[in-house]
Amino acid sequence: MRVVVERLGKAYPARRGPAVTALEDVTLAAEPEEFLAILGPSGCGKSTLLGAIAGLIPVTSGGVFFEGVRRAGQPLTATVFQEFALFPWRTVRANVELGLEELGVPGRERAARARRQLEQMGLHDFEDRFPHQLSGGMRQRVGIARALAVDPAVLLMDEPFSALDAQTRTLMMEELLGVWERARTTILYVTHNIQEAVFMADRVLVLSRRPGRVLASVPVPLPRPRTEAMLGVPAFVETADRIWRLIRSQAEAALVEGGA
Amino acid sequence: MTAAGMPARPGAAPRVPVEDRTRFLARTEHRALRVAALVGALVLWELFCRAGWVPALFLPSPLGVLREARDMLASGELLVHLVASLKRLVLGFALGSAAGVAVGIAVGVFSAAEAVGTPLIAATFPIPKIALLPLLILWLGIGEPSKIAVIALGVFFPLALNTYAGARQADPVLIRAAVAFGAGRWSVIRKVIVPSTLPMVFAGLKLGAGTALLLLVAAEMIAVESGIGFLVLNAANLMATTKLMVGIVVLSALGVLSHWGLTALERVVIPWREG
Repeated sequence: MRVVVERLGKAYPARRGPAVTALEDVTLAAEPEEFLAILGPSGCGKSTLLGAIAGLIPVTSGGVFFEGVRRAGQPLTATVFQEFALFPWRTVRANVELGLEELGVPGRERAARARRQLEQMGLHDFEDRFPHQLSGGMRQRVGIARALAVDPAVLLMDEPFSALDAQTRTLMMEELLGVWERARTTILYVTHNIQEAVFMADRVLVLSRRPGRVLASVPVPLPRPRTEAMLGVPAFVETADRIWRLIRSQAEAALVEGGA
Repeated sequence: MTAAGMPARPGAAPRVPVEDRTRFLARTEHRALRVAALVGALVLWELFCRAGWVPALFLPSPLGVLREARDMLASGELLVHLVASLKRLVLGFALGSAAGVAVGIAVGVFSAAEAVGTPLIAATFPIPKIALLPLLILWLGIGEPSKIAVIALGVFFPLALNTYAGARQADPVLIRAAVAFGAGRWSVIRKVIVPSTLPMVFAGLKLGAGTALLLLVAAEMIAVESGIGFLVLNAANLMATTKLMVGIVVLSALGVLSHWGLTALERVVIPWREG
């Protein structure tokens, strides 16, 4: 499906002084089956934007729309969270079944769909474990399986790998690309990591720091499937460099402000 | 380089080995000492009595208490009191904790319930529940209901307060995740809030078990014919100190066993706890 964000604004009321404007006049569109990265310095409201698209954060002005045909029972969005957000009292499989329960999928089909998803993410031997028994990378695999299990029209990912160590992150990025090549849903991927955004996305949307505004939309001229070898090719380096020049001054200002 | 592969040491340079400086922080379990302390105290007590330093009327010996307990068990006397007490205890505990958990969740989830509940609980919580016993007897009569009610009241508060705190501490990230996957209000309560409160509920149950025992004995000292509290008071009136001690030992055992039971239940109900 196509995601359209029209003149979105979000202000948080402050305890003292004027309201803090997190997002101002943000307009964007993600095309069907597009992998769109939303990139910005810390405190630019990119997570707020994703929350607004998921319907988890009330907006002050503007709106979010989904255009296109949806299969019966298909939810608009499913979210993968930075903090994993797995239920500690549910086993791996029960965590993956959460969204299916809310969709009213009957028990046996639920289990089958969860198993299929766990199989895909290489988690079939862990389905009866509790989240605290898994490593960070495995936990986020469960988070991704949980989101894919409901077969959403649009997959929302909020800095999904930023809590992982660098090696695990690289492996998970490749794995996610593999899954996406097969599933081909629209992905909105929020990150502050330029390399990550360029390596994975078809297009990188660069946000300014607070109040968040769209600075530029940068297409990534790399073929698919993406491989690690592309991390050194000129097209990759030039695109990453172009984005860095766009947000360097923004990042510097955020640094002085303490990222608040 | 030396044979061990370490860089050669210039002859005169002083060398200071690093020692483990945290050694005094280590805590060992001292299993044997635990048992020895309990057994030692009993042996000392027994010797103290045998030496005849205090008359048995004031302090009966442990073995004497044990013998008395055996006789009371054989005659069925102890069982009558125990069953009577357990009935009140279990009923009062079940009613009080069920109501406490329900109110705690409601107050923790619904802002209107919080607005109504918190001032009422704050106003009634500090009342010593024993002070309410005469009032409860007036309302519910001298029979069993007033005794069960006072125990239930005593258990209600620690559970309501703990469950409320547990519900408020539910991780907002998990609540958001549940909503992101389509959960409505009741799903959030059932799938996030209730499991989040469980550790606090168990802490409340353990507190409540102590309170229940205290109120049981107090309630059984007024107009009853059976129960451990009655046994203790009656034995004191008859100067039957050994019998009195049997009652106290039974109360101690009830306290210890309820704590063990709740701890075991907690392990079964909360299997996701780390460690």
